[in-house]
Amino acid sequence: MLFAVMLGFIVASLMPVLGRWIRNGWSVLLTAIPLYLFIYFLSFVPGVAAGNELLITYSWIPSMGVNFSFLLDGLSLLFALMITGIGTLVFLYTTAYLKGDPYLDRFFGYLSLFMGAMLGMVLSENIFTLFTFWELTSISSFFLIGYNNTEKASRVSAIKALTITGLGGFFLLGGMALMSNITGTYSITEMLGSGDIIKQHPMYPLLAICIFIGAFTKSAQFPFHFWLPGAMKAPTPVSTYLHSATMVKAGIYVLARFTPILGDSSLWNYTLMAVGGITMLYAAYISIFKSDLKEILAFSTISALGILVFLLGLGTKQSIAAFSVFILVHALYKATLFLVTGIVDHETHTRNIFELSGLRKVLMPVAIAGFLAMLANSGIPPTLGFIGKDLIYESTLSHGFFPWAITIVAIITNIFLVYSSILAGIKPFAGKLPESFQAVHLPSWRLWLPPLALSIKGIIFGFMPGILEESIFYPVTNTIFPATETLHLKLWHGFNLILLLSTVTIAGGILLYFSFPPAQGKVSKMEKFARYSPPVLAGHFSRVFRKIAVTITNILQNGYLRFYIMAIVGFLIILLAYKAFTGVEFYIDPSRISPLTSAELVVMLILIISLIYAVYTPSRLSAVAAMGVMGYCICLLFVFYSAPDLAMTQFTIDTLTVILFVLVLYRLPKYINYTNWKIRLRDGIISLVFGSLITALAFMVYNEPTNKETSQYFANNSYTLAHGRNVVNVIIVDFRGLDTMIEITVLTISAIGVFSLLKLQLNKYDQEL
Amino acid sequence: MKQLTFKATTYFLLPLLLLFSIFTLLRGHYLPGGGFVGGIIAATAFVLHSFAFGLRRTRQLLRVNPRTFMPFGLALALFAACLPVFQGIPIMTGLWLNEPLPVLGLIGSAFLFDTGVYFVVLGAALTIIFSISESV
Repeated sequence: MLFAVMLGFIVASLMPVLGRWIRNGWSVLLTAIPLYLFIYFLSFVPGVAAGNELLITYSWIPSMGVNFSFLLDGLSLLFALMITGIGTLVFLYTTAYLKGDPYLDRFFGYLSLFMGAMLGMVLSENIFTLFTFWELTSISSFFLIGYNNTEKASRVSAIKALTITGLGGFFLLGGMALMSNITGTYSITEMLGSGDIIKQHPMYPLLAICIFIGAFTKSAQFPFHFWLPGAMKAPTPVSTYLHSATMVKAGIYVLARFTPILGDSSLWNYTLMAVGGITMLYAAYISIFKSDLKEILAFSTISALGILVFLLGLGTKQSIAAFSVFILVHALYKATLFLVTGIVDHETHTRNIFELSGLRKVLMPVAIAGFLAMLANSGIPPTLGFIGKDLIYESTLSHGFFPWAITIVAIITNIFLVYSSILAGIKPFAGKLPESFQAVHLPSWRLWLPPLALSIKGIIFGFMPGILEESIFYPVTNTIFPATETLHLKLWHGFNLILLLSTVTIAGGILLYFSFPPAQGKVSKMEKFARYSPPVLAGHFSRVFRKIAVTITNILQNGYLRFYIMAIVGFLIILLAYKAFTGVEFYIDPSRISPLTSAELVVMLILIISLIYAVYTPSRLSAVAAMGVMGYCICLLFVFYSAPDLAMTQFTIDTLTVILFVLVLYRLPKYINYTNWKIRLRDGIISLVFGSLITALAFMVYNEPTNKETSQYFANNSYTLAHGRNVVNVIIVDFRGLDTMIEITVLTISAIGVFSLLKLQLNKYDQEL
Repeated sequence: MKQLTFKATTYFLLPLLLLFSIFTLLRGHYLPGGGFVGGIIAATAFVLHSFAFGLRRTRQLLRVNPRTFMPFGLALALFAACLPVFQGIPIMTGLWLNEPLPVLGLIGSAFLFDTGVYFVVLGAALTIIFSISESV
């Protein structure tokens, strides 16, 4: 299981090595990876359907309760199958879609990174690993959205998506931290039993809101939905995979995962119903006024996500059953439509629905896929979509909270969705083929097979819902809503109210399409209202935010090194002086001070002489040399007081520092005296005060009784536990190895920072020349 | 004439310093030393070479860009840290060979980790110094 989750990461990290083969057309072989994972997870289906949930734990940091625990139950299995199944088709599709792209290896690296992160997230049973993988999906999607990094629009969209989902991540972390505080565990299965404790806890509302914000930002719920249409700047395979079938469902997944723990309270249910309801209606309405195929699909995706949230909010057995069916339905048809759009875009170089028509004559298999997906999207029998829609109506009608009102909302949403699915699935293929598209020809099978396969699946499952009912949908429903009896999915329920509502929906959608056909005028009219939409308001907010940030930075980071040092030293002086004035006893115990040896005396003398020399010398270079001498003197003092490790490090660092100084100073103009006596006096006073305060501090520390428990532990266990006699080194590489790991990371980052800052300047200089 | 002496000295000092840095790295676990100091000594050796023969010659000598040492070292350290996970032991647990190797002595994952530190420090120091000396 660990290998299955890590496979995506392993492949991604091998990309620098494999890159050349990938670019030279061997990328098709990569399809084997998601395919293998798909088959691997498929093998668990019978077990999970029989009620055998699989919990596998690898210890990671057991001392902190953080482990790689993977839970394979109905919910995570469905998601894992969708991720790997659609992943397989997307990988195949990409090999043809981005054929000849100079950075294809990079793209596949990001894609498999994303797949690994997504799998890890849905399988995680520990909330910390869940959060880590959650953030990894945000980060990998940032790279994927910004893949065309030479275009400003895609960079902006990538940053927008990262900001929104990153913000949500913070809230999610907060919510989950609260949960683990209350329950005292990081394990989700262990939390299941503490649902009531959490719900009665005074922090529950705050906790739930944090989780909501986390999930809503990721799953593009109103008013955070606007990053999703922007994310459509990514290459189409990305939109298919991340922004319709998998990543945006991460928020839904988290809500579903926590529903058994946090759900079934009025706060939980009504919030989800309200937010989901608004999102599904609003986005479905917007979608019919768009002219770009991808935008239409983006808004209909947001609407579908709204439906899923709404169904979770209803919180009844029927609604959860509808939820589990609709997730799969939506993933199948939306991925199909995106892939179809990608082909249309690839072959005709436009996505404007007013320009596209009659493409069925040249792209027949694609048109079939689009048509079948449209059937599923509109919920027309015999597709699985029809069953899904029936279940939605069934759950709204049987709900105790204004059943008619919410049913009407659902019907209106679905009517709009029928409209937009006609726009996306039929409009480009119907009618007359314009002259300009005569030359369009059917692309490689690797492009048209995936959407066709997906859409046909929708039909097969529609005819035979029985094959999924017991194996997939029942375990999912049972996970979210325990103690469910069996489900009964059927294409034909007989003549009843739900069938009537379905008919009304489909007829309403088609009628709406013919009575209000899409027109350029309506699209532009709609764009006038864009001024008041959330993305624009968020744009204003971010501009103000940036302005404030710039102002503060200009005040604090003014570029004068002497002010930085003065600020740091001054702050320390104030802090120490304040502490000294509020009653700290200061005394020196002469008996505890060891007598000065002659060697120490000599070193001290050299130290003082070089200090005075450094202050008064008129040459920069000799000042630096004097500083170097001081450093070496301090090294000697370390040696006297038996700290050889420290001395060695200080010695080498000092050498390097002097070299660095010399490198820089060598090219500077001759020493010119800019300062007058006032400034010198000020600097002198500051230095003296600071120096004496530090000296006083050192004496006081010396008098404090020290707690030697930690150092004793290290000294005692260094050899027995870590096989090392050098305690300092053992602390660095073993006992506090994590700190070292972080330190070397910081070191790398700072080196990259120096490098890029200096090189950037160079380039600018070159351009100016 | 001074240049000549400097160059000739560097010619001998460079391999000696590099050997010394590896020696420092190896003895770190038992006696004063370790990856950090070792890395800086190695960096100093190359910086010395660049002073004597010019940066271009040093870059030729290194063959790879010093920047690549950093990700290599980080990956090595991370690998050493993650090694125990594959055996089902918590991350960053020290693993040790049963038998001491010739020359190297008894080594374990901590040594691998320290080697990672060595390369990161070497790479970072050289990157910073080379960038600065190229830009002034």
